[in-house]
Amino acid sequence: MTTPVKEPKTKVKRSDESLLRRLTRHQLFIPLAALALLVLFNLIADPSFFAVTVKENSLGNPVLSGNIISVLDNASELVILAIGMTLVTASSGGQDISVGAAMAIAGSVILRMVCGGQVTADTMQMPLILAILIGIVVSMIFGAFNGALVAYFKIQPMVATLILFTAGRSIAAWINNNQLPIINDLAFKYAGTFLPGIPVPTPIFITVLVIVLFFLALKFSNLGLYTQSVGINANSSRLNGLDPKLIKLMTYVILGVCVAVAGFIRVSRSGSINYSRIAENIEMDAILAVALGGNALSGGKFNIYGSILGAYVIQFLTTTLYKYEVPSTALPAYKAVVVILLVVLSAPVVQEKLASIRKAPAKAAKEVS
Amino acid sequence: MQKEAVLEMRGICKYFPGVRALQDVDFTLREGEIHALMGENGAGKSTLIKVLTGVYPKDGGEVHIKGVKGAAVIRSPQDAQNAGISTVYQEITLCPNLTVAENMYIGRTKGAGANWKAMNSGAAKILESLGIPASPKQQLDSCSIAVQQMVAIARAVDMECKVLILDEPTSSLDEQEVQKLFVLMRDLRAKGVGIIFVTHFLEQVYEVCDRITVLRDGQLVGEYVIEDLPRVQLVSKMLGKELDDMADIKSEVGGGTVSLNGVPVLEAEGLCSSAGIKPFDFSIHRGEVNGFTGLLGSGRSECVRAIFGADHVTSGRVKVDGKDVKIKKPLDAMKQGIGYLPEDRKGDGIVGDLSVRENIILALQVMKGFFRPFSRAQAEAFADEYIKLLEIKTASADTPIKSLSGGNQQKCILARWLLTDPKYLILDEPTRGIDIGTKIEIQKLVLKLAAEGKSVTFISSEIDEMLRTCSRLIVMRDRKAVGELRDADLTQAKIMATIAGGDEE
Amino acid sequence: MPKGIAVDKQGRIKERTAMSDTNLLLTITVVVFFILYLSAVFFLGGSFTKPQNFLNILNNNASLIVLSCGMSLVMITGGIDISVGAVTCLVCMVSAVNLEQQGGNMLTVILIGLGIGLAFGVIQGFLVAHLGIQPFIISLAGMFFAKGMTTIVSKEPVRVTNEGFLAVKETRIIVPGLGSANKAGEYIDAYVEVGVVIALLVVALLFCLLRWTKLGRSFYAVGGSNQSANMLGINVRRTKFLAHVLCGLLAGLGGILYFLHVGSGDVANGAGDEMNAIASSIIGGTLLTGGVGNVVGSFFGVLSLNTIKRIVSSLGFDEAWWSNITVAAMLCLFLVIQSVVLLRKSAGGKGKGTVEKK
Repeated sequence: MTTPVKEPKTKVKRSDESLLRRLTRHQLFIPLAALALLVLFNLIADPSFFAVTVKENSLGNPVLSGNIISVLDNASELVILAIGMTLVTASSGGQDISVGAAMAIAGSVILRMVCGGQVTADTMQMPLILAILIGIVVSMIFGAFNGALVAYFKIQPMVATLILFTAGRSIAAWINNNQLPIINDLAFKYAGTFLPGIPVPTPIFITVLVIVLFFLALKFSNLGLYTQSVGINANSSRLNGLDPKLIKLMTYVILGVCVAVAGFIRVSRSGSINYSRIAENIEMDAILAVALGGNALSGGKFNIYGSILGAYVIQFLTTTLYKYEVPSTALPAYKAVVVILLVVLSAPVVQEKLASIRKAPAKAAKEVS
Repeated sequence: MQKEAVLEMRGICKYFPGVRALQDVDFTLREGEIHALMGENGAGKSTLIKVLTGVYPKDGGEVHIKGVKGAAVIRSPQDAQNAGISTVYQEITLCPNLTVAENMYIGRTKGAGANWKAMNSGAAKILESLGIPASPKQQLDSCSIAVQQMVAIARAVDMECKVLILDEPTSSLDEQEVQKLFVLMRDLRAKGVGIIFVTHFLEQVYEVCDRITVLRDGQLVGEYVIEDLPRVQLVSKMLGKELDDMADIKSEVGGGTVSLNGVPVLEAEGLCSSAGIKPFDFSIHRGEVNGFTGLLGSGRSECVRAIFGADHVTSGRVKVDGKDVKIKKPLDAMKQGIGYLPEDRKGDGIVGDLSVRENIILALQVMKGFFRPFSRAQAEAFADEYIKLLEIKTASADTPIKSLSGGNQQKCILARWLLTDPKYLILDEPTRGIDIGTKIEIQKLVLKLAAEGKSVTFISSEIDEMLRTCSRLIVMRDRKAVGELRDADLTQAKIMATIAGGDEE
Repeated sequence: MPKGIAVDKQGRIKERTAMSDTNLLLTITVVVFFILYLSAVFFLGGSFTKPQNFLNILNNNASLIVLSCGMSLVMITGGIDISVGAVTCLVCMVSAVNLEQQGGNMLTVILIGLGIGLAFGVIQGFLVAHLGIQPFIISLAGMFFAKGMTTIVSKEPVRVTNEGFLAVKETRIIVPGLGSANKAGEYIDAYVEVGVVIALLVVALLFCLLRWTKLGRSFYAVGGSNQSANMLGINVRRTKFLAHVLCGLLAGLGGILYFLHVGSGDVANGAGDEMNAIASSIIGGTLLTGGVGNVVGSFFGVLSLNTIKRIVSSLGFDEAWWSNITVAAMLCLFLVIQSVVLLRKSAGGKGKGTVEKK
């Protein structure tokens, strides 16, 4: 018989599964374990890492400060990008490597709007909300450009987004005529620093808001089902009435919105922009966050909360490395090692090998069925 | 009389996750014989061949080859080639971007260089001697599929081999080409080459083969000399004893006659799609089961795909319940109450990593809309209902569908469409590659649906199944509808004659 | 070019043997280059009319030529390697430090360059071929690793003063007959640097490798169809592995040539060269999907890309950002052309098959 999976066999499997094994197989096991490892390391090396104090910032307001706060604060852009990146990965089986460059564009557009074309502006020349909206629209257009190349011209995502990766920062510079606009309006910096009277950095609130929005979107729409279905089997999705091309395009446009929000946070931290350095290498971190969250980089099923957790873990790692005075330029080397370890461990060949080592006794059970 | 064996396989086992594809299979091939390997889809023929040629590693058993001491170690197609086994696969396994000549010589020449002159002149000779209409310097993908297949055969023939495996090589060849191939096979037999021939066409088996080995459900049924095994027996050996069970399906449900008057549920006129079929007319009434029949590649799937809007429709008019409708994409068809179970279950049907539940609700969910997802409880209720109704064997509704067996996957896809409560359901090869029990269940279900007043188009490679279920058959040949059979004309012989076409008589 | 008119005995094939994809795309590239350069000579004149100007494209891009040849090799097998630019940078930095601080010489520089390249090639090749990991991810990690390592070796630029090295760097090879008179009326010989000769040698060698060796042909076979190549008896894993090793080695060699040209180690060396190499390969007619391509095309790809850059800057768009935008636009244009050609072809091929089948 071409034996259907029979009940007894599955039951055998279930019962001999130890708690530990079920735990290690959980999707969030890797990011949680990594987080625990980092926390443990810091606790042993220097418990003061976790200290949170109240300090006065430059404006004389009392604000919270400490490594934990800075992890939560600095991870904001990454978390928001990781959410969009997860959707893109799920639907198209590839990653967008232009997010850093696209953030530069969004930031540049927003700065140009609020500065009204001047190099230095003391007050905003345009309502902030309008400037952000324009930034989002521009970013969505670039997202749609990437998405169209991927969905309609069938170019591999990473190669398609290579175009914007190459040109993005140059386009950003071009938007402002290669000048570095500076906005001195305090209200502009609220989003990147602190709201008056509130001791928690604003980016944390924005991130929470974005996460909640995506939680609602996943709950009250078929975003999750559609993107996964298209990512796993585009043919059969099409035969079930979905339009795989449109859905791929949609995920890239959604990533565009995420990029704009992240870009806005980044420029409003300083009120200025450095085209070649802003959000440098963040694409690497965003991809890493998706992978660390237990999502297959080849697309299909995803867990957005895994990616979010992954993003925080990466920022935790970065902050820890900074604390031990690893220069920022050397960080990529360390992260590259982490990436390689991750992909090697999650490679099917390696997984099979690991499974066969574990499974030696289970084979007997297979024969019985 | 007994010739020496060139190839012996003993106790071959092969497992796939959840499926025992081969169990303790023996196979012997003698010098200078053409040996047919027969069995239904999913019987394990292809698996056995892939094990022999090193594409799959085997999980048990031994292979002995004449001239090799002890058990032969074949871990890759290269090893197989070196051991004197050359293979032509059903799907074309040549590189489309290389030239014809390169495809014939790559991977089997000695030395580090590629000698174009020698390759081209060698290839030209072989192509000419086999009458293959291709130039050695042509890029392979500029040839038609049939020519590509012939090139693959030319490659295999040109190798100094002891064993030649032909895995359904004839499915894309026309009658003349098949005859050419047979001449070639007999030549090789005379030279002492052992040939393993896999095909679905019984006529071809009885025309060229000396011996038959039958597999069923991954197990050896037996090896027979061709004279000792009449066709009917061969068929029953391939199908197993369940043959009797299937005979009475129709009587069980009762073949109620369907009125073909009144407005058809669906009516198509001059429908044509980009998949390369000739325009065809089609209609189906309430409570009717009809079917498309024809050989593989005759265009039966393309027709139903055109009806469902799965391929790009280029011309034609479609009426549903007498009203003109435009079906440009699958969603349009779904909104008209049409469901389509595709031929390629793995590639077009299941969404492998999603759960059984998500797979079942998918179509209905899409029709309901992006912003109106089913609640978890609702989805679970749907899934549980159909898991029970169709007796889908799964650990739970949350199990990924890809870990189910083929038959149960197929039931999930059926459930998906039944859930949308279609008035017209298209089933394209719903019984392919699944176990016999499920096949019967599906056929019964089709008749039951018809009795409930739904219309069904049923396509199957097995004519018996069509005869049992359909009351009207449209016969396809060369991507064209060439005839329609009903009532008294619905006999095996008549269908065969129509498929074969006028030149038979 | 295949000249024959293939007429079968039954006369079924009457038209000329169609050009293979590789040759078709190569022809497009060469034609595009000549049109570009000639129109620059005619419409812009000026420096474009001087042969030395053309030779300078070669002088400035010897390293890129080698890099894009390596890139083409992996792309033909269906892979990609975006670490080449960063490897170039790492090789320059390590070589510079070796020459200045550890008393190295030309030989150690060569060993360092090839050694680093080989190491990257072997590791990436192993991970791609034997563990089946997406080449893009692996080489992305490789790129970041090389970038990080470069700054760990030295954050500050290192200028080389080693005399033996400078002697090689300053060697000019005179190209007879192409010189021109300068403003003072003196005749100045046209020249190329040592690196150009090496780069051209590499192109020639790789062309022969791809055309006339079994290994070269198996690159194409693997790129055309992994599965078929396997069935045809080609060791797919080994072939992919070797492609990555070769690409790594060439990245190392490219690093040496870059170093020879600029004579310093700097974290900005080779920045964006992976993009330039990919763009050159694609413009040169190498398909991203694998199986089609040619190093001669890549060579012309480099020339076209740099000609376009020069044209854009001589049209007055000389701000730094235009160069990147030009590269991206060219890349986008050729990607879309490839995609459209392929989609057309697959649609056309299907129809053809059915017509002939009757």
